[in-house]
Amino acid sequence: MNLFVANGLGVRIDDVSILNDVSLSVKAGEWVSIVGPNGAGKTTLLSVMAGLRPASGSLSIQGRSLSDLTPRERARLLAYVPQHPEIPPGMTVNSYVLLGRTPHLSFLAMEGSRDFRLVEQVLEQFDLSSMGQRTLESLSGGELQRCHLARAIAQATPLVFLDEPTTALDLGHQQQALDRIRLLREEHKVTVVVTMHDLTLASQYSDRIILMSKGQIAAEGKPAEVLDPTRLSELYGAQVKVLKVDDHLVVVPSVSKESPR
Amino acid sequence: MPVKQQGVEGPAPRVVGGVTEKLPVRGLVIGFVAIAVATTAGLLIGPADIDRTNAVKELLDRLPFISVESGLTSIQKNIIWEVRLPRVALGALVGGTLALSGASYQAVFRNPLADPYLLGAAAGAGLGATVAIVTGSGDGVGTFDLVPLLAFVGALAAVALTYLLGYSSGTQRSPAALLLAGVAVASFLTAVQTFIQQQNVETIRQVYTWILGRLNTASWDEVSLLAPYGFVSAMLILVCRRILDVMRLGDFEASSLGIRPQLIRLVVICAASLGTAAAVSVSGLIAFVGIIVPHTVRLLVGASNRIVLPLSILFGAAFLVFVDLLGRSLASPAEIPIGVITAFCGAPFFVIVLRSSKRTLG
Repeated sequence: MNLFVANGLGVRIDDVSILNDVSLSVKAGEWVSIVGPNGAGKTTLLSVMAGLRPASGSLSIQGRSLSDLTPRERARLLAYVPQHPEIPPGMTVNSYVLLGRTPHLSFLAMEGSRDFRLVEQVLEQFDLSSMGQRTLESLSGGELQRCHLARAIAQATPLVFLDEPTTALDLGHQQQALDRIRLLREEHKVTVVVTMHDLTLASQYSDRIILMSKGQIAAEGKPAEVLDPTRLSELYGAQVKVLKVDDHLVVVPSVSKESPR
Repeated sequence: MPVKQQGVEGPAPRVVGGVTEKLPVRGLVIGFVAIAVATTAGLLIGPADIDRTNAVKELLDRLPFISVESGLTSIQKNIIWEVRLPRVALGALVGGTLALSGASYQAVFRNPLADPYLLGAAAGAGLGATVAIVTGSGDGVGTFDLVPLLAFVGALAAVALTYLLGYSSGTQRSPAALLLAGVAVASFLTAVQTFIQQQNVETIRQVYTWILGRLNTASWDEVSLLAPYGFVSAMLILVCRRILDVMRLGDFEASSLGIRPQLIRLVVICAASLGTAAAVSVSGLIAFVGIIVPHTVRLLVGASNRIVLPLSILFGAAFLVFVDLLGRSLASPAEIPIGVITAFCGAPFFVIVLRSSKRTLG
């Protein structure tokens, strides 16, 4: 069953087409990765899908049009973590993750014991309990990334959008972050849509990959169907090989031994 | 390695509840002590020759269930209750209102250097007061003259103009467009005010006295003029204090959490401007309170708006009563304008704030 459907999405800025007639759907429980070269429109697409950027076309979640929802209703269905989340000076990890409860509180309400308990559980799941009183500025890149994910999970939505969640992380932290997302997805029954640069990681974690190019969907399907070396070489402008190692696809650059002239 | 959790005690720390539900006890205690000390000092100290022990007895006599004979004459009693007390009360109200407005502006613009006059309230009030003074429709002293009314209207009109300009010019409706519109409106209104002032040099002393701020004309009438606006402004802002913590994430992320940032900004700016306009209409332009106080509170209790906003009221009230006491004591029986003293303290403090803002201030 489709949890999320986008139809004919389009964005133009100063007569330049950033997104052009993009249509896609996401099934409940799926992990969908949006990949593509720089400037393909991945981040724009994700923010449009999250209802945070005006665009032509239509969006629906759980069969309801996104435009019919209030911002608070939307935020109870859909969590969004941008590529470079804001780090408010002096804010503690506890307070930051607690902000994820915002859509569940009425305007005049303050957080209650239920919110505190839920956030506490999320902090434990992300190994952040011992850092609750630390300020965000004092955290490492990996710890910060866990905070962002924890805030999104504290939002308790069926759908989570993550914009390049592994970009600033080293190999180990990338893997840990994605493993954690996979685990949470299973535990919390969350549907995940992620934009990514690393095609190998995308192929290993995703149920489905959407390959973007020049504001349009160039290919869509299971990782093995989408990650075709000829197609990738053409879209990325780089020679690549797609290898199969232990039943996993690995995308590697195929460097020419001749020096460029 | 386990990280030490400051301020969290007990074998099974409920860390989240411990942080958010914990009252800022230290800040509250300091704030209430500061207000109590400032108020008492404000009532006991002054140019009139009143024995302080007897004055204390007079204060105690007014407390419930306490009856003490102060031995003060009726004139001395009048000085305490009709001159000093309204002045202390007005100082506390103006200080609390300006500090809260400053903290609110800093919150909605996410700019630690924002102050209550940012969107042209001071320039508008200055122009309104100048027009009232030069046309002779007010002497700047009485309560029922036009100076406070025109200052109030001028301040609100200036902020409304800034808002209209800021939101009609920027296609993205960004806070930056609003700030730039504020600069333009303030410059224009100040130019008009200066022109009118130069054309009417005979009233220049009155205009300057108003612009530099004063509480020496305080009466219960002025207190009752400001109190309802200050109360409404404070209630509206405090209701938004949790949401203003969400706004610290910026408009984009706050939207993703279901907040309407522009609506919240409008509500808070309206409330803060209402309070500011009412405060300047009775006290003139008192600078720096809106910056000094919220930043001091942040250095003391952290940057969370849900704590900074209410504590700013307490500390702003205590601060202005203290400063007023200095203003009327340092050169007694003459008075130093209160705006001069706040700016004198404010400028060096500003430098300290700038140096530490990277680390601790939001």
